[in-house]
Amino acid sequence: MIDILDGLKAAFWLVISFDAELWEISLRSLRVTLSALIIASLIAIPLGTYLAVQRFRYRRFAISLINALMGLPPVVIGLLVYIALSRSGPFGVLNLLFTPTAMIIAQVIIITPVIASIAHQAMRELWAEYHDLLISLNTTKWQRIVTLIRDGRRNLLTAALAGFGRAIGEVGAIMVVGGNIDHVTRVLTTAIALETGKGDFALALALGFVLIGIAIVVNLAIHTLSRTEREGRW
Amino acid sequence: MSAKFPLELDQVLVQRKGKVLLGPLDLSLKKNGVTIILGPNGSGKTTLLRAMHGIERINGGRITWAQEDPAKHAFVFQSPVVLRRTVAQNLAFPLQLLNVPRAETEAAVAHWLTRIGLSGKSETAATRLSGGERQKLAIARALIRKPDVLFLDEPCANLDGYATREIETILGETAEAGTRLVMATHDMGQARRLADDIVFMLNGKVHETGAAEAVIARPQTEELSAFLKGDIVV
Repeated sequence: MIDILDGLKAAFWLVISFDAELWEISLRSLRVTLSALIIASLIAIPLGTYLAVQRFRYRRFAISLINALMGLPPVVIGLLVYIALSRSGPFGVLNLLFTPTAMIIAQVIIITPVIASIAHQAMRELWAEYHDLLISLNTTKWQRIVTLIRDGRRNLLTAALAGFGRAIGEVGAIMVVGGNIDHVTRVLTTAIALETGKGDFALALALGFVLIGIAIVVNLAIHTLSRTEREGRW
Repeated sequence: MSAKFPLELDQVLVQRKGKVLLGPLDLSLKKNGVTIILGPNGSGKTTLLRAMHGIERINGGRITWAQEDPAKHAFVFQSPVVLRRTVAQNLAFPLQLLNVPRAETEAAVAHWLTRIGLSGKSETAATRLSGGERQKLAIARALIRKPDVLFLDEPCANLDGYATREIETILGETAEAGTRLVMATHDMGQARRLADDIVFMLNGKVHETGAAEAVIARPQTEELSAFLKGDIVV
């Protein structure tokens, strides 16, 4: 209990004193996570919608594969990305290992199936609702996908937020590919792991509270900006 | 009336899972007027309408249009499908798909909002409309492209008398303006009020067809005679 109170006090103090290191770590966390979220959404949302609209031979297999990929252990993805980016790996020449870019790549791989799966489920229901109308209006495949994404944007936002939640709290993969290097790849989750290992629970808790605060603020900000709770209008 | 048929069905057959849903049947529709498709549940009315509009795959025969442009025929479903958009955006949608200039689209939307009495609800979410309002919106959305032929699948089912009268008024004006109407209905009163021709369907085939007055006054088959009296026909 004392540790939690100490953590709260430390968190409060770190925030109001504009602690430079905390801000640096927090902003890096946000930058890495939001970059991964944008890239993953650009891949996953059209993919999930395409799977809802298009019938093809291996569609069921593709959906099952995406659902299965949601359960992949992040640390294993981190290991695979590490091998791919290491000097002897296929992408070693890019020199990306232990950089924020490597962390973004790992997070994109982790959250793309999450967003695609939720997006597919949402778009499948909307497609069932719109199917007859869009077919009767002689729409092209592209027009159908654009219409579903536009009209299903609230549900897609939920899918993206699920991806954000998974990414901002991720530690295993980014620890492996980022290396938790001070001022380079240290983010909130890896900093928490480090401080816990050092036995500085108050600071670890403070960082944890900041992490929770960021997750809540980002969720509320996205909901407010997108007016998802505004009644009577889409 | 023109002697040129806009639509001809030649030995059209629709099968699903080995079961014949429609046909084989021949049917010709004249260029003008209102054709009412009558028949008990499961007689193939909806399948016939969908096949004529091109949203039901046919397994045999041929459907020939004098007017090939798919944008020149439209469909109104029994349960109106409304997009998760405002009323005005729903009306604009079919024109946006055709890249109609914005000013022209806005003028057409304003015209139809007035015509269906929803000017005051243009910015309301279409999903918040009543059943009758939704159906009027669906009809206006179908007519905004100025189709040559409008297919309607029991558009007044589950609506009260007031909403039915409003919709019949719009349909009557539409037919007078030269749009060909082909409508399935269970409502004999509606058939009497609107029909120029009647097609009586039974077990997936055209059982009897002809000018409305003659068909209603002198049915040629026992089944149609029974149906007109309100008896159960199977």
